[in-house]
Amino acid sequence: MSGVFSPTRAKIKERTLRTDKWWLEPAITFGVLFSFVIYATFRAFEGANYYKDHLISPFYSPCLSQACVPEATLFGWTPVSAEIFNFALSPALIILIFPLGFRMTCYYYRKAYYRSFWLSPPACAVAEPHTKYTGETRAPLIFQNAHRWFFYAGLVFNVFLTYDAIISFKNVDGQWGHMSLGSLVLLVSSTLLWMYSLSCHTCRHTVGGRLKHFSKHPVRYKLWTLVSALNHKHQQFAWFSLAAVAFADIYVRQVATGAWTNFYFF
Amino acid sequence: MARKLNLRIWRGDATDGGLKDVQVDVNEGEVVLDVIHRVQATQMGDLAVRWNCKAGKCGSCSMEINGKPRLACMTQVASFDEDETITVTPLRAFPVIKDLVTDVSFNYKKAMEIPAYEHPKELAPGEARMEQVDVERSQEFRKCIECFLCQNTCHVIRDHEENKKSFAGPRFFIRIAELDMHPLDKLKNRKRTAQEEHGLGMCNITKCCTEVCPEHIKITDNAIIPMKERVVDIKYDPARMFAGLLKREKRN
Amino acid sequence: MTLERHKYDVLVIGAGGAGLRAAVEAREAGLSVAIICKSLFGKAHTVMAEGGAAASMGNVNDNDNWMVHFRDTMRGGKFLNHYRMAELHAKEAPDRIWELETWGALFDRTKEGKISQRNFGGHEYPRLAHVGDRTGLELIRTMQQKIVALQQADGREFGDMEAKMKVYAECTITEILKENGKIAGAYGYWRETGEEVLFEAPAVVIATGGVGKTFKITSNSWEGTGDGHALALKAGANLVDMEFLQFHPTGMVWPPSVRGILVTESVRGEGGILTNSLGERFMFKYIPDVFKDKYADNEAEADRWYEDQDNNRRPPELLPRDEVARAINSEVKAGRGTEHGGVYLDVSKRIPAEVIKKRLPSMWHQFYELAGVDITKEAMEVGPTCHYVMGGVEVEPDTAAAVGVPGLYAAGEVAGGMHGSNRLGGNSLTDLLVFGRRAGAGAADYVKSAGANPVSDATIKAAADRIEAPFSREGGENSYSLHAELQEVTHNLVGIIRTRTEIEEAIAKITDIRARSKNVAVAGGRKFNPGFHLAFDLDNMLLVAESTAKSALLREESRGGHTRDDFPGMNNQWRQVNHIASFDGNQVNIKAQPLPMLPKELFDLFDVHELEKYMTPEEIAKGGSN
Repeated sequence: MSGVFSPTRAKIKERTLRTDKWWLEPAITFGVLFSFVIYATFRAFEGANYYKDHLISPFYSPCLSQACVPEATLFGWTPVSAEIFNFALSPALIILIFPLGFRMTCYYYRKAYYRSFWLSPPACAVAEPHTKYTGETRAPLIFQNAHRWFFYAGLVFNVFLTYDAIISFKNVDGQWGHMSLGSLVLLVSSTLLWMYSLSCHTCRHTVGGRLKHFSKHPVRYKLWTLVSALNHKHQQFAWFSLAAVAFADIYVRQVATGAWTNFYFF
Repeated sequence: MARKLNLRIWRGDATDGGLKDVQVDVNEGEVVLDVIHRVQATQMGDLAVRWNCKAGKCGSCSMEINGKPRLACMTQVASFDEDETITVTPLRAFPVIKDLVTDVSFNYKKAMEIPAYEHPKELAPGEARMEQVDVERSQEFRKCIECFLCQNTCHVIRDHEENKKSFAGPRFFIRIAELDMHPLDKLKNRKRTAQEEHGLGMCNITKCCTEVCPEHIKITDNAIIPMKERVVDIKYDPARMFAGLLKREKRN
Repeated sequence: MTLERHKYDVLVIGAGGAGLRAAVEAREAGLSVAIICKSLFGKAHTVMAEGGAAASMGNVNDNDNWMVHFRDTMRGGKFLNHYRMAELHAKEAPDRIWELETWGALFDRTKEGKISQRNFGGHEYPRLAHVGDRTGLELIRTMQQKIVALQQADGREFGDMEAKMKVYAECTITEILKENGKIAGAYGYWRETGEEVLFEAPAVVIATGGVGKTFKITSNSWEGTGDGHALALKAGANLVDMEFLQFHPTGMVWPPSVRGILVTESVRGEGGILTNSLGERFMFKYIPDVFKDKYADNEAEADRWYEDQDNNRRPPELLPRDEVARAINSEVKAGRGTEHGGVYLDVSKRIPAEVIKKRLPSMWHQFYELAGVDITKEAMEVGPTCHYVMGGVEVEPDTAAAVGVPGLYAAGEVAGGMHGSNRLGGNSLTDLLVFGRRAGAGAADYVKSAGANPVSDATIKAAADRIEAPFSREGGENSYSLHAELQEVTHNLVGIIRTRTEIEEAIAKITDIRARSKNVAVAGGRKFNPGFHLAFDLDNMLLVAESTAKSALLREESRGGHTRDDFPGMNNQWRQVNHIASFDGNQVNIKAQPLPMLPKELFDLFDVHELEKYMTPEEIAKGGSN
């Protein structure tokens, strides 16, 4: 017997004596994240319905494959072939590793999925089921230290997605100065992605957290203070941006399949 | 205006023990420690409990109240429903000594393993100049009252006795962070030893330490994650990796 | 079973500020040191000190220097202080604070990056080095970590971090042992197991802190049971000025979960005001003549002081503690108190909530969490709470050696003399450092010249028998109820306001409780048994209470922390004597002992007209002792 049932510890047979609904939060987290993964997997392999009238799904941007709808590409730049080993590669699969990696290695999501998927621990002071634990000291979890790499990549993606949001301010005929519900959806999702990235712990560290003397770097200290304030809300930004991206994709897909019609304000 | 409270107290020692039910008077505005003291004075003269200041400043009366690691002096009876039974047990991550008292010597051993502050030799007493903004981060960590609730709740050792030898725990990660962010500390290799000797990598940032901290120190966000990032700086940073700087770092 | 034995050069009893500082000094002098604490390491009552540590560094106002500090200390103590202790304290305090910085302490800073200093009652200039309102914690933690640093150095040198210095936690010392009239060690038991332990050491430093638990309402933790006072008495040392107890004027009286807990003076320093149940700001009525020129007598001027301290007198809320305590007591006795027997202290109406939270973070957090009281929104209900004992072991100022017992040293609250009849806030944290260091050095010098002094088996046997006694009795008295009885007696009869008849009644009752305490029986086993622990603490508290009551009976005047209703004024004749308590094995005896006269160079630091308030014309005429 190990952990709280080790021979030296107080003899208590319950795994926890908590009387509150400690299981609720991990259960919800599990439900939401799991649904997202299912949906995202389906969409990533679908390889269609990601572009319509200047709206491009964030799951497919930037679209780098020769399989891409030409309008969805970055000025027609398609360095990746449509097939690999005779397997038709969905353009989403080429790029999804980056936003996915950013979220997988995010300090907030780590807490969320370690608790809800891996039950390590399911909640504070609730005994976990595993008999061995090495944390993030060896493969594969030592890979979490790559968060910074994904953070940089995430910033590049944010630029693309912001570009996509700007492009969406066109009407069906490609004329500028129009706004649809779709452009609003892309704008919100790209903005929330920026907030999510900028509120990230790595960002906080990079802009100023790594310094020993704030007083010698007043500008970076100011930035650090701002990012720190955002960082308090990192969890919220993580969820809101996830929901916004998912909804943006759903919206584009529905418009692309013709299920919904993109509503133009002007 | 006394009313009766149902209290369930763990009594026993390392060999055996269990929860005992008692009924005790409770007055308005009292905390759980007040009630335990009343039990001690009227019903169980030999009930063992650690406490000192009864003001949330010394961190002695750490225990688990309804399964949550808390300070008994900071837990108001009024925060529970009137008909609720309050269960108090000793900390479950450390060996029990008797009743509500556990052997927390693990923490003092770990304290001795963290390399001490190193003052610049050229600065005589009184010559140090530090800006308030530069000391504030470390000051947050120095608020720690060493109640060891964070150590107790951390699943790395709570659920895995065998990790105790290689893991310093949240309390000592904030100590390392405090020193690494101290404007004058001269010791160079705190980041590397944090990772390689004190088990920083074992932490999977599930934030329970922050949740239980009675001083509201943002242990995870302000100490552990910044330390993990500092470790990335010297071991895994992409830019430095390409520039070949990490090898040089290693020699420091 | 064989007795557990340890051998050291210096044994430090008490791991608060003074004990740890003494231990550091003795170890740095090359000796082996054991530190004994009654609770866990780092939990000492020092952590409760909030306001700061007084040292005339002059960082905020460069008019400050040791002479100003010395004058303030003497004034605060009503000139009953041992001048040499006050002098050493004022001179060395800045070095002790700066030294902490070299050990890693992080005090709040001024704009120039120096250690910030704040105003405090009785101090002429901003003088208290502080860290928010948790300065005591910073001191303890810094020294705790310094000890770890020394242990790490020992680890590198000897291969064992605890080779030369070790902390023994949760250990109670029941007796200080002597052989041939000199210190030989100490005897006690582990709180955890109840098993006995012997420490052999030719020098013992007592640094056990205060006696608050003798009283019913107190800011002290359970540890403040006067152990060191009693151990020293029984070892043949004297206690000086035990009648002087400081009742902190502003302890919480309501709600009960925070009763006794201090509301730091900084709350008043930052602009908190005291009002009675009629809403009157009553402190203006209680400014004593000696302070008329330093304190504002009207609200307008008092309010201006917060903005402009050079051209206005201070608000009377910042009078020395005893004056504020007495004023609150008078208001409550006159029927103008709150329903729980206190007065209102309000900081919420004058300072924005955000500023309060920033400047007094632990105050805010503590009352909000402990009792649901939000000090940024509502007034606190406060009244006097037993806080500090000025009296203590009589020591030689320069070495902190206990008078009459070779090898015994005392520092911190347990030592007497430094604060006279009343301690200024902020002086105790530097007292710990200054005299903790001197005690460590004194003990080290003594050991180097005196050498070992082994303990005899007979001495050990006697000490062991005493510990075993409570278990061998049956159906005797309950230590919890005797303790409650004692607290009731002291609180009502030798509390903040005293009279002859009440003190005499107290002495009779204390004698009675002491007789019954010989019959205390303990239920349960030896293992971590609080009933058993209290039986020993009770014995100590009884000796302390007896010393206090008997000294209080003799002193027929009111001064500082001793207020006699039947002798309301200060009497300059009484300033010339200290009361010395000693123990003959049966009871405490008190004798009056002349106070050493100020030497000329210190005498001359004062305006003669000020000294006339405290000294007799003959003393003034002498103009100092040399």
